[in-house]
Amino acid sequence: MSMAATQVVRSEWTKIRSVASTVWTLSLAVVVTVAFGMLISALAKNEFGSMDARGRLSFDPTFISFAGTGLGQLAMIVFGVLVVANEYSSGMIRTSLAAVPQRGTFLFSKIAVATALALVVGMATSFLAFYLGQAMLGDLKASIGDPGVLRAVIGGGLYMTLITMFSMGVAAMLRSPMLSLAVLMPFFFLVSNILANVSATEKIGRFLPDQAGSKIMQVVTPVDDDTPYGPWGGLGIMVLWVIASLVGGYVVLKRRDA
Amino acid sequence: MIELEGLSKRYGEKVAVNNLTFTVRPGIITGFLGPNGAGKSTTMRMVLGLDRPTAGDVRIDGRHYDQLKDPLTYVGALLDAKAVHGGRSAFNHLLCLAQANGIPARRVHEVLDTVGLTAVAKKKAKGFSLGMAQRLGIAAALLGDPRILMFDEPVNGLDPEGIHWIRNLMKSLAAQGRTVFVSSHLMSEMALTADHLVVIGQGRLLADTSMADFIARNSHSYVRIRTPQRERLLDVLGGAGITVVESGAAVLEVDGDKSEAIGELAAQHRIVLHELSPQQASLEEAFMRLTAGSVEYHAHDGQPPAPAGPQRQQWGGEWRKG
Repeated sequence: MSMAATQVVRSEWTKIRSVASTVWTLSLAVVVTVAFGMLISALAKNEFGSMDARGRLSFDPTFISFAGTGLGQLAMIVFGVLVVANEYSSGMIRTSLAAVPQRGTFLFSKIAVATALALVVGMATSFLAFYLGQAMLGDLKASIGDPGVLRAVIGGGLYMTLITMFSMGVAAMLRSPMLSLAVLMPFFFLVSNILANVSATEKIGRFLPDQAGSKIMQVVTPVDDDTPYGPWGGLGIMVLWVIASLVGGYVVLKRRDA
Repeated sequence: MIELEGLSKRYGEKVAVNNLTFTVRPGIITGFLGPNGAGKSTTMRMVLGLDRPTAGDVRIDGRHYDQLKDPLTYVGALLDAKAVHGGRSAFNHLLCLAQANGIPARRVHEVLDTVGLTAVAKKKAKGFSLGMAQRLGIAAALLGDPRILMFDEPVNGLDPEGIHWIRNLMKSLAAQGRTVFVSSHLMSEMALTADHLVVIGQGRLLADTSMADFIARNSHSYVRIRTPQRERLLDVLGGAGITVVESGAAVLEVDGDKSEAIGELAAQHRIVLHELSPQQASLEEAFMRLTAGSVEYHAHDGQPPAPAGPQRQQWGGEWRKG
């Protein structure tokens, strides 16, 4: 890393740690993901007795403890969007680019810092959600040493990190926090779920970043599952989405007037 | 030194900046004057590489802005005082800019002290008044101890005390040999601060002149005369070697402060005067004439027009020949 990029990374770290939104979005992500995962785990434990054989075969205690991810990821999305798009809404972008006219260095230093933070928080969230979720599951619980479990837990942290990166790319393209959230929130909370639950669109929905990426958190493959990719394949699809959004964000920043 | 060469910016059909060529020199305050929407802010954004020129070039000490290592140590700019993240404290705002350019944190305390914001350094910027925000923007501009400073409408919305403070600051910066480039839409403000004047209108260069020259040419005094014996007075004044300009229907004007001489001549020749009043053309009027005419003058050629003052004298010259 060149001298200049080190300076910019330090600067971006100061930016990110000096605004309140960083703390509240990230803590919300941890709390919501973990709490919701615990709740669903407790409910699943009570329901297990009334499940049919198929349900019991598909029962995935690890995946169940990540049930809060769908909600918790929304806070990570807000974090990613605010880190990038607040530069535009506040007008700070002009001050920032006057200090760092190399726009690629500026954007990727910002993304690097936010990604590192998201990775730490995402991993902590994932391990917390797993252990506390398993505690709720009683004797149905999985152990971190079971086949595929450690991969799923680490994958949960990677998933949170990638969804944050994807949001930052989208925010860099749309250059407005409100617009970015108006696109990302309904997309991940509604559209993706609707596509997944309608049989005609189910096969398309599988290739969306969140659905492909969340495959990594699965340990037990559901009985009638015909998903054409495995856990790492799914994460790979998500990585492609992330790369596309970051490239798009970079091209917009590079081309447009600040 | 800032050098603009044929700098142009088009937004779709609209030409915001049109073929600007001029140089901003060190050691003086260069005023950048033009009505609202003339292209001043766009020009300044292009200097900083924020907006890409459609054509032409702008260089800082011979280099493009993005070629400067740690650019805040070359150029400090205040473009928009509100361009800060409201949730960040003044100190952290300056600290992140300092870190990006390898400027020590100690310098942040220094500039906060210079602009008088030390007491509110830990306060969030969104609670700042416009005056405080303006001071924070100036602190950011001074951060890298740059040789070039650029301020876009720095006195806008400030109270008299703040205006006074900014004027003195700019003068002291120029006196230290720095390049100071400041925009305004107020001629009166420029007359008080600038040593050199660049005037633009509708994106075009209208004047690039020293302030002293501009004042000498435009701020002249003249005498306004109304008389029922127009022909006789013209003869008498002509005989005395005084140049008269016809201005309007029954009004004559004489350059300079000659009201006493004219009054005495009129009395000697028993000429009735209805008015004999010394006048002072204001710089603001001269500026308005200059910019109002910009479309007309520039539809045909790229040359800046001669300022309005000398043209008035020319009309008189023609009259005298006739």
